[in-house]
Amino acid sequence: MRIRKDHTRSLIVSLAGVCLLGLIIFLADTLGLMDSYIRGIFIQCCFAVIMAASLNLVMGYLGQIALGHAGFMAVGAYTSALVTKAIGLAIKAGSMPALSNVAQFFIGLLCGAIAAALFGLLVGIPALRLRGDYLAIITLGFGEIIRVVIQNLPFAGGKGLANGQAGQALIGIMRMNDLYIIFAVTVVCVAIMIAFVRSKFGRAIIAIREDDIASSAAGLNTTHYKVLTFVFSAFFAGVAGAIYAHRGLGTLQYSDFTFLKSTDFVIMVVLGGMGSMTGSVVTAVLLSVLPEVLRAFADYRMLLYSIILVLMMIFRPTGLFGTYEFSLYRLLSRLFRKKPETLSSAAKGDV
Amino acid sequence: MDGLTLFIQQIINGLRVGSVYALIALGYTMVYGIIRLINFAHGDFIMVGAYALFFTVPLMIAAGMPAWMSIVFAVFVCALTGILVEKLAYSPVRARGNNMSALITAIAMSLFLENFAQTLFGANPKQVGTLFNLPTILGISGNTFLTILIGVVVMVSLSLFVKYTKNGQAMLAVSEDKEASLLMGVNVNHTITLTFAIGSGLAAVASLMYIAQYNQVTNMMGSMLGLKAFVAAVLGGIGIIPGAMLGGLVIGIVESLSKAYISTITGGVITSAFSDAIVFSILIIVLLVKPTGILGKNTGEKV
Repeated sequence: MRIRKDHTRSLIVSLAGVCLLGLIIFLADTLGLMDSYIRGIFIQCCFAVIMAASLNLVMGYLGQIALGHAGFMAVGAYTSALVTKAIGLAIKAGSMPALSNVAQFFIGLLCGAIAAALFGLLVGIPALRLRGDYLAIITLGFGEIIRVVIQNLPFAGGKGLANGQAGQALIGIMRMNDLYIIFAVTVVCVAIMIAFVRSKFGRAIIAIREDDIASSAAGLNTTHYKVLTFVFSAFFAGVAGAIYAHRGLGTLQYSDFTFLKSTDFVIMVVLGGMGSMTGSVVTAVLLSVLPEVLRAFADYRMLLYSIILVLMMIFRPTGLFGTYEFSLYRLLSRLFRKKPETLSSAAKGDV
Repeated sequence: MDGLTLFIQQIINGLRVGSVYALIALGYTMVYGIIRLINFAHGDFIMVGAYALFFTVPLMIAAGMPAWMSIVFAVFVCALTGILVEKLAYSPVRARGNNMSALITAIAMSLFLENFAQTLFGANPKQVGTLFNLPTILGISGNTFLTILIGVVVMVSLSLFVKYTKNGQAMLAVSEDKEASLLMGVNVNHTITLTFAIGSGLAAVASLMYIAQYNQVTNMMGSMLGLKAFVAAVLGGIGIIPGAMLGGLVIGIVESLSKAYISTITGGVITSAFSDAIVFSILIIVLLVKPTGILGKNTGEKV
């Protein structure tokens, strides 16, 4: 009983923390601090957080390197952009009842995420046979194939759909830069991913990471869990792609989704700590904000990241946070000198 | 031009591209064979070699020597880069981390080389002067024949080196079983360094062949070239030297033929712009059907 109570309490505290963050955004917004530039950075952070967290599911918890995450993001971005475009046209033509921008965005987001998840399934199936280096390469190959195919699809370039032209940037995409909605989507996504990691599925994939053969001997269907993780991870990459597509610029460039884009997120996950959602969130925000704050630094950013990455691998291969998870409840309990239940801290993700 | 001539030309073009891929794939395969690491930075060694050529070719011409002599310098620079990358990054990580951190280090080194080159030389492509002045024979440029010739010579000499020299045998031994070769008195560290030096040197030769055709250097040139060569190495069976040669030539010919014919065969549905996607599809199919590659032997996994 006590544990359940503790769990509920911790959930309430976390919710309160999220509300507090939302309040800060609201205050900043009403005080006029949120100009379009800051908004852009904020959306960039949100989308990077979802990308890094979803990649962490595969890299940190499943323990497989995936180098094609930008491919899933591209699928999500293009699908959602084309869907909102189609809806917009249908409304204009009168063949569909008028929908608010928000509703259109959510339909697009869902379609993008599902499309990306289907591609995740496609990539996940080779995961039945391969692991480690080979899996990394196959995801890289898939990412590149997705990009080349998108580049050559006539309906995914120019004005898109029937008026599209292959080989061009997709233009005229609906804008969706409402901070609260983006923030809410991000929070929900991260919450679902954390719930996933702590569920029986999460424990299963961590077991597979630790020892593939032992966990299959213990009766886990490793194939099933591996594919499931890929699908799940791709789904959220699709959500991030949808946010990226509608971030307010109105254009999508197929050359945005190269192997280099994928490595951006790999860097975030590795620096933050493979197997720490806290780490992914913190580094995603940090690496999105730093280049904007330090303009001079932006030119040398990749140079610096690569050096940090090598040093990190030599001196601290677990990343900044290792597998540590931040818990507001634990922090507060500690502050008020109340010892938290040991079991409940395990439930908070002290994996 | 009739169909047959066109076909033969495409095959020869494929052999030219393929011999470049084969030389790069050799570097991947040798390093993978010996330390089980996909050296992502290998593609960027080509870029290093190309920049070395870019800076030394004018000097060579000014000194009155043939331009291609600068390859000596390029090989030296590349081999040095390879050894440095191994000693400064891979070796310490190998000593401490697992497979995953080694792979991440390799990706990081690749990013480092690409961005360091951009910081030093800028992102704009640079033109390298003409390396060879060769006549065109039967509608095919002399460069093509020369590239294929260099490729064959290098591959044959590498095979001879591995087969008939002590160092070559040591390389085979270490890739077969590191611990056992250590017990047999093979200097493992020395052998790994040598492997990196040779692999990177081959990348320099590949960059000469590439530049002979395209005359252009950019900081990102090695990225796609390296990935495709890696596909070639996997196709032939990674870790196997003849496999890399075979894989390189096959990928080159497939790419060349698909660029020429795929649009006609599929009725314009798949155009030549898909050639990169086709190369990667080959990779995925190979990995699914026979992950050990064409020449690879199936070895059961031990629990």
